Amino acid sequence: MASSGALEKPRQLSLQDLDALALGAWILGTGGGGDPYHKLLNTKMLYREGMFAALIDPFDLADDALVAVVSTMGAPLVGKERIPDAYHALRPVRTMEDFLGRPFDAVMSMEIGGGNGVHPTMVAAFTGYPVVDADGMGRAYPELQMTSFAVGGLSCIPFALSDIRENDVLITTAVDNRWVERLARSLTTEVGSTATICMAPRTGAEIKEHGILHTTTQAIGLGHAVLEARRNHLDPVDAIISVGRGLRLFTGKVIDVDRHATKGFLRGRARIEGLGADAGSEFTVHFQNEFSVGYQDDKAAVMTPDLICVVDSVSGDGISTEAIRYGQRVTVLALPGPDVFKSENGLTFAGPRAFGFDLDFRSVFQDESK
Amino acid sequence: MRRIGVDVGGTNTDAVLVEDGTVRSTVKTPTTEDVTTGIRTGLAELFGENPDNAAGVDAIMIGTTHFVNAVVQRKSLNRAAALRVCLPACATLEPMVDWPEDLSQIANGGHFLVHGGHEYDGRPITALDEKAVANAGRGMRNSGVTAAAVTAVFSPLTTECEDRAAEILLQEHPDLHITKSSALGRIGLLERENAALLNASLIDLSKKTIDAFQTAIAESGLNAPLYISQNDGTVVDAETARDQPVYSFASGPTNSMRGGAHLADIDEAIVIDVGGTTTDIGHLRSGYPREANNVVDIGGVRTLFRMPDLLSIGLGGGTVVTTDPVTIGPQSVAHRLTDEALVFGGVTTTMTDMAVAANLLELGDANRVEHIGRELARDIMAQAHQILWESVDRMKIDASPVPVLAVGGGAMLIPEHMDGISEVIQVQHFAVANAVGAAIGQISGEVDHIFRDMDRDAFLAAAEQMAYEQAALAGAAPESLKVVDVETIPLAYLPGRSVRVRLRVVGDLPS
Repeated sequence: MASSGALEKPRQLSLQDLDALALGAWILGTGGGGDPYHKLLNTKMLYREGMFAALIDPFDLADDALVAVVSTMGAPLVGKERIPDAYHALRPVRTMEDFLGRPFDAVMSMEIGGGNGVHPTMVAAFTGYPVVDADGMGRAYPELQMTSFAVGGLSCIPFALSDIRENDVLITTAVDNRWVERLARSLTTEVGSTATICMAPRTGAEIKEHGILHTTTQAIGLGHAVLEARRNHLDPVDAIISVGRGLRLFTGKVIDVDRHATKGFLRGRARIEGLGADAGSEFTVHFQNEFSVGYQDDKAAVMTPDLICVVDSVSGDGISTEAIRYGQRVTVLALPGPDVFKSENGLTFAGPRAFGFDLDFRSVFQDESK
Repeated sequence: MRRIGVDVGGTNTDAVLVEDGTVRSTVKTPTTEDVTTGIRTGLAELFGENPDNAAGVDAIMIGTTHFVNAVVQRKSLNRAAALRVCLPACATLEPMVDWPEDLSQIANGGHFLVHGGHEYDGRPITALDEKAVANAGRGMRNSGVTAAAVTAVFSPLTTECEDRAAEILLQEHPDLHITKSSALGRIGLLERENAALLNASLIDLSKKTIDAFQTAIAESGLNAPLYISQNDGTVVDAETARDQPVYSFASGPTNSMRGGAHLADIDEAIVIDVGGTTTDIGHLRSGYPREANNVVDIGGVRTLFRMPDLLSIGLGGGTVVTTDPVTIGPQSVAHRLTDEALVFGGVTTTMTDMAVAANLLELGDANRVEHIGRELARDIMAQAHQILWESVDRMKIDASPVPVLAVGGGAMLIPEHMDGISEVIQVQHFAVANAVGAAIGQISGEVDHIFRDMDRDAFLAAAEQMAYEQAALAGAAPESLKVVDVETIPLAYLPGRSVRVRLRVVGDLPS
């Protein structure tokens, strides 16, 4: 373990790494998390101006190193019009530093899935703080209390939220993490349904114990694998499964999508008709912003916290729950979910019942090991 | 109703005379560098045998790929300045940030970011900074730039900021031509701004080209109003078109689809246009192409505005085939087909050769492909059919069977039977379908708006009203307007019951 206060061996991310990160984060978004494109563009622009982002292994963090946990909150549609601004991403971090009376040592993503997987690279390029190779979800989840830190009993306060105007809010006391989610959600609505946040600072020791480790390199690895497969005219889906140690669950064509918005979430399901080896069979994936449970011919086949990824069968690109539509050729695959969410406690946060499915969690990877 | 449809393509200028929907005469003539001469030649030939034809023409419709070609070839573009009304939001990603370097170098006329813009619920982000807008106007005047694009956050929902900013810019710089992003619609700031900037950078060419059209018409002795074909298959009057060159970008494929459907007398179909290198597939509903709901790449620029949803795949009559192992494309001999394909005496094996070897097509010298063997050729044709069928199936919106309309030179690549396809219709006289598509154009209006806490009936009625007003403004006969496309998208995360509605109406020209 590293000695106190020193950060070792950060590795600068190349432009190719950033492209791969965005692609991999989109896959790990399991249908949600928002398109990383504009955030990727922001970081690339900072690179052009000579500001770079480096990646640090969590085990190279000092136990008392202080890490900013950052992301955007809000509606993806608003994010298309109020496009992400790199300086806005920095604001809640500065607010938190003022409150703490000391600078951070590093920055980390709250969720690796979707746009938030790329988010810390903007802050890193501005500040020079390295990005910690870890996150709190290992994917994307719809609510901010669904993190490994919350499962570990750590509070997400103090909590800083920034409007693009000169409105910065700091929540210093709250009953529990669900209250923070409620308060932050209403604040976000009030400032135009898009805000940047910095959650409770995490120490190096907390990240090593409770973080979901090496998810940034996982996303970059997935992205590179897809890009390389495309260059060599190989199957990008095979590449994802091989690099992500995943399982191919179903290959087919989307034949029906039912989608509706309730209580601030995009819910629904997509039915997929089997092709090739899966001909004659049908697969249904349910979603609440992200894909949550999959049924093959009415039998539960895969469920969160296993990662359910729906990708384009030809390009390997992740398909979001907002964009999935009739006629798409898709492959449903599972990637191993973080162990922390598979404990009895973890399942109350991110198991099938947390998404309204009366199912006992059963991992597709459990079945395999037998 | 007598109308003339003209398609000014990169190679040929086609003209047709259409009388009450029936094609009376057709002409094909080479496109000339000055555009005018080609059109004049075409019109003269069209009327040649019967000069009286020119007298009773009610309207002339021109479709052209001139403007999109200018972007793709980086030719004849003017510099365009960008005014973005957004601060303090959206500051770090500057206008043209994701444009290809070679294009932004030609078109970049300076960037100005000022305070203002709106939230999704109509509240202002901050007040519009009128002083900063005036400064920007002076900056543009001093730098000599004469075209600008104005883009405000959430302007598709309220045009207030863009309207006021345009007024101020004109006060400071009366010679400035302004494209407001809200005139192009669609939520997605950067992509809408890109479309507006492309539009602004084509303004000089647009003026020149439309003037040339009008000169050609006047010199041909026609006394009929000029309309220009749009991406969605409708037309607008020449004055409006002059300000909106981007709206003609996809009029080529759109006119080809609509013209083909008109000639086949159907209005619901998947249309397949098989060319030499690529196959374009679109979906006609109520006679109009379904619109793209996502980002469309134009010459390397991501844009989001009214464009048809087209799927382009690398398969055509000139696609190069190898037999051991079997590969199909993506290389193509393209326009060199008649020199390079085996059946024409060349040395490259193409899809056209396979069709001949499989006995599906009679063309060139069949002896030159005998060595391939009918079995293998049929096998390869079956693979090509499979690729095509999958693409057709992707373009459908549900499982119910629809007819396929086969147009273009490589129609032999289209199988006679496909799953989910009721019939395959081959269009006769397709050569002038583009010009026919232009001639039958109607006028449209479109809205893209977010409604909150309203019943379905109420928000649909409100959207319809907005679209009607737009179409009437564009010159449509009000009593002829009807809805052709409605899409409602419930919005997650936003408070209240929010729904985004896209609705389009079309109507006839006044008679």
